[in-house]
Amino acid sequence: MHMQTTMPAPTRVSARARPAMTPWAATAFAAAALVLLPVATIAWAALADTGTLWTHVVANILPQAAWNTGLLLLGTGVIATCVGTGAAWLVTAYDFRGRGVLEWALLLPLAVPTYIMAYAYLDVLSPLGAVQGSVRWVLGYTSPRQFRLPDIRAMWGAVLVFGFVLYPYVYLTTRAMFLTQAANLVEVSRTLGVSRSGLFWRVALPLARPAIAVGVALVLMETLNDVGAAQFLGIRTLTASIYTTWIVRTDLPGAAQIAIAMLAFVIALIVLERWARRRQRFATSAQRARPMVPLKLRGAKAVCAFGLGALPIAIGFAGPATYLVVSAVRRIEFAGFSPALWRATVNTVTVSALATAVILIFGLAIAYAARLRPGRATNTAARIATLGYAVPGTVLAIGILIPVAAFDRTLDAFAREWLGVSTGLLILGSGTALIYAYTARFLAIASGGIEAGMSRVPTSFDQAARTLGRSATGTLVSVHLPLTRPALTAAGLLVFVDCMKELPATLLLRPLNFESLSTLLYGEAARGTYEDAALAALIIVAIGILPVVLLARTGRAR
Amino acid sequence: MTSAASVAFVLLGATLPAMAQEVNIYTTREPGLIQPILDAFTEETGVTVNTVFLQDGLIERVQAEGESSPADLLMTVDFGALMDLVDAGLTQPVESDVLESTVPEALRDPEGNWFALSGRARVVYVAKDVDLDSITYEDLADEEWRGRLCIRSGQHPYNTALFATYMAHHGEEETKTWLEGLKANQARVAAGGDRDGARDIAAGVCDIAVANSYYAGLMASGRSGDEQKAWSDEIRVVLPTFEDGGTQVNITGAGVAAHSPNREQAVQLLEYLVSDEAQAMYAEANFEHPVNANAELAPLVAAWGEMTPDTTPLAEILPYRTRASEIVDEIGFDTFGN
Repeated sequence: MHMQTTMPAPTRVSARARPAMTPWAATAFAAAALVLLPVATIAWAALADTGTLWTHVVANILPQAAWNTGLLLLGTGVIATCVGTGAAWLVTAYDFRGRGVLEWALLLPLAVPTYIMAYAYLDVLSPLGAVQGSVRWVLGYTSPRQFRLPDIRAMWGAVLVFGFVLYPYVYLTTRAMFLTQAANLVEVSRTLGVSRSGLFWRVALPLARPAIAVGVALVLMETLNDVGAAQFLGIRTLTASIYTTWIVRTDLPGAAQIAIAMLAFVIALIVLERWARRRQRFATSAQRARPMVPLKLRGAKAVCAFGLGALPIAIGFAGPATYLVVSAVRRIEFAGFSPALWRATVNTVTVSALATAVILIFGLAIAYAARLRPGRATNTAARIATLGYAVPGTVLAIGILIPVAAFDRTLDAFAREWLGVSTGLLILGSGTALIYAYTARFLAIASGGIEAGMSRVPTSFDQAARTLGRSATGTLVSVHLPLTRPALTAAGLLVFVDCMKELPATLLLRPLNFESLSTLLYGEAARGTYEDAALAALIIVAIGILPVVLLARTGRAR
Repeated sequence: MTSAASVAFVLLGATLPAMAQEVNIYTTREPGLIQPILDAFTEETGVTVNTVFLQDGLIERVQAEGESSPADLLMTVDFGALMDLVDAGLTQPVESDVLESTVPEALRDPEGNWFALSGRARVVYVAKDVDLDSITYEDLADEEWRGRLCIRSGQHPYNTALFATYMAHHGEEETKTWLEGLKANQARVAAGGDRDGARDIAAGVCDIAVANSYYAGLMASGRSGDEQKAWSDEIRVVLPTFEDGGTQVNITGAGVAAHSPNREQAVQLLEYLVSDEAQAMYAEANFEHPVNANAELAPLVAAWGEMTPDTTPLAEILPYRTRASEIVDEIGFDTFGN
C-alpha cells in the first residue's frame, strides 16, 4: 500500500485522499484530550450542589473581584502595549549606538517571574528601603514618620509591576511584524508624502494591530493567572478569590464556579487573538519580508533614543535583578549556600526540559495535523489545546490531581489484586504529573507559535515533496522542520522559561521531597523570610536569561 | 564464635530493615520551620523522614490519592485545616500512652484522630513610642486607632481563626461591626505577612499591628538577618485578651493518615514531636508555645509576659470559620480606601 502511487496529483492539499486518521492527527487529538480532561473535571466540580454559596459568590465576590481584575487588565494592557510597541518601533525604525544591545535586552523581563518582581519592588520601595531613604535625605527628613511616598501596595503599583514585566510579549510579536512589513510600508508611505513620525501613527501602528493583539492576549492571560504578585500587592483579583474560596472556605465547587466564569472571559480573549492572527497571516504572506532601512541618529538624539529604550529594561529587569543580587550576596555571607538549592536547581531544569520536549512534540503534531487535514476536527483540537493556558494554574492543578490520582489508585488496586504488588502512585509519585500539568498549561504557547511558523511555508512545498514521494512524516522532517526551526526554537525557549517559573501546579502536584526553585522560593516567602528566597529567585532569573537571549537571536534571524 | 556471629547476623538482619524505615509527612508547614526537628528525629531513630510541603490543597491531594496515598502523617499550621482533614475521614485514631500523658486533654482528640503540637498566639505589635500596656481584641476597633492599624489579609487562616473566635464570644452581628471598625482603622491595605506589620511600624506606616507571636521572636533572635532585627527593635509585643476571655491561640497539629503505610513510624514521630526534647526545640527554634508542660518557654517568649489562653472550646469556634471568611468578603475587608 503505497499512498503516493494511488494519490492523484493534487492542485491543492486535498483532504479526501488522506486516510481518516494520520498518526499526527491522532497525536493532536490525544493532546487535546489531555488538556480537556482537567477542564472537564473542573466543570464537573462546578456542578456540585453548593447550597447558598453561589449567591454569596455573585453578591460579594464577583463584582469587586471583576472590577479589580478589569482595572488591572486594562492598566497592564495599556502599559504593555505602549512600552512594547514603542520599544519595537524604536529599535526597528532608528539606528543609534547601543541599539544592538537594546534589541535583545528588551526581552530580559521575560526571565523575571511576576511574583519575584513584585516582592523586589515591595522591598526596594518600602519606606525603609533605599529609594525612599534617599528621597528623604534629599528633602531633609530624618524619619519615615515625617515623610514617605505613596504605598506601592495599590492598583497603580500592581499595574506598573505587571506592565513592565510583561511588555516583552507585545515587543516580541510587534517587532516581528515591523521587521517583515516595514520596508514596504516605508517605501509606499514615503512616496505618498508621509513623514517618519507620521509613519508610526498612521501606517505602522494600524497595521501592527493584529500583532499587538496577539501579544496583549498573552499579557492579559499571564496577568489573569497570577496569584503571588497580586497577593503581595494586596489586589483582590478573580484568581485570588478562587484561591480564597477554595482554600479558606474549603469550597471546591464554589472555586470551580468562579473559575468557569473566568474561563468564559478568557475564551473571549482567545477568540480575539485568533481573529487577530488570521489578519496577521494574510498580511505577512501577502508581502515579501525585507528589512527596513532605519534612520541613523546621532548626538543628543541618539542618547535620548538609547535612554528611552533602556528605561523599560531598567524597570522590568535591571532593578529587580540588582536587588536580587544584593540580597543574595548578603544572604550567602549570612547563611551560606545550601545544598537544597542546588538540588532544586537540577530538579527545575530537568523537569522543565522534559516538559518542553513533550510540549514541542504535541505542539508540532497539532500544527501539522491541522495543515495535513484542515477541517473542523483538527481545528477544534487546536483550539482545545490552547484552553489550558486560560485556566489559572491552581485550578488546573486540581483538575489534573483528581483524574490522575484516580488513575493511579485504580492501577494500584489492580496490581495489588492481580499481581500481588503495589505500584504506589505511579504518575503522581514519579513527578510525571508535573510534566502533564506543564503540558496542559503551556501547550498553547507552543502550538500557536509553531502554527504561525508553519503558515509561512507555502503549501506548494508540501505538494512538491509529496509528488517526489515523501510521506507526510518525511515531508515534515525534510521540509517543515528546517523551515520552521526559528519558530520551533522560539516556542521551545518561551515554554522552557515558563515551566521554570511555574508555581501553583508544581506546589500541588509534586512528589515527596521534590523541591523546585519556585516552590523553594514560595516556601520561604510564605514564612516571610524573603531574604532566604532571594538566592532561589536569582537562580530562576539567571537560568531564564539564557533562553531569552537565544530567543532574541532567533527573532533576529527571522 | 559461630553462634555469636549468627546472633549478630540475625540482629543485623533485624535492624537493617529498621534502618531503612521511613515516614512520609504531608504538611502545610513551611519546611524550614520543622526540618531541624525532623533531622533530629532521623538521627535518633534512623527513620528517614520524607516531606512534601503543600500549603494549599492538602485535603484535595490526600483525598484524591485515597488508599494508595503514601502519606503517613498529616500536619497543619491551622486548627481549622486539621479539623477539615479529620471531618473528611482522612485520619485514623491513634492510641498512645505517651501522647495521652503529654498532650493536655483539651489539645487532642479523645479518639486520637489529632494532636496539637504547638500554639501560636495572635498578638499585637506596638510601636515603641506608643503608650500601651494592655489591650483587648475588642479595643482594636476603637476610633482611637483610626488609620493606625496594620493587618494581613482578612482571608488568611490566622485571621479567620481570630475572627471566628470573636464570633464565638460576641455573635455574628457584633463581629461584623467589629470587623468594619477594624477595616476603618487600617493604615494600609490588608496584605503581606505578619512580619510586614513590624516593618510597617518601623517605617511609621502604622502604630499597632495584629500578628502571630512567634514572628516577633524570630525577628528579635537575629536569625533572619540584621534588617529584621532592626524592625523588631521598633516594636513591643502586647498579649491582648478578649473582654471576657484570654488570648487567642491557634494550634498547629497532626494526625496519622487513614491509609498510612508506615503507621508505626508515624506514631513514633508524633510521640517524638511532643517529647521534652523536641518541644524545647520547637520553643527555641520557632518561638511557639509548647503543648508539653515540661518544656520550657524560650526566654524571648517568656519576656512577653504571662499568657492566659482563651478557653473557648475549639469545637465552638470551628463552625464560624466560613461565616467569618464570608463577612470579610461582604465588608470588603481586604480593599483599602473604598
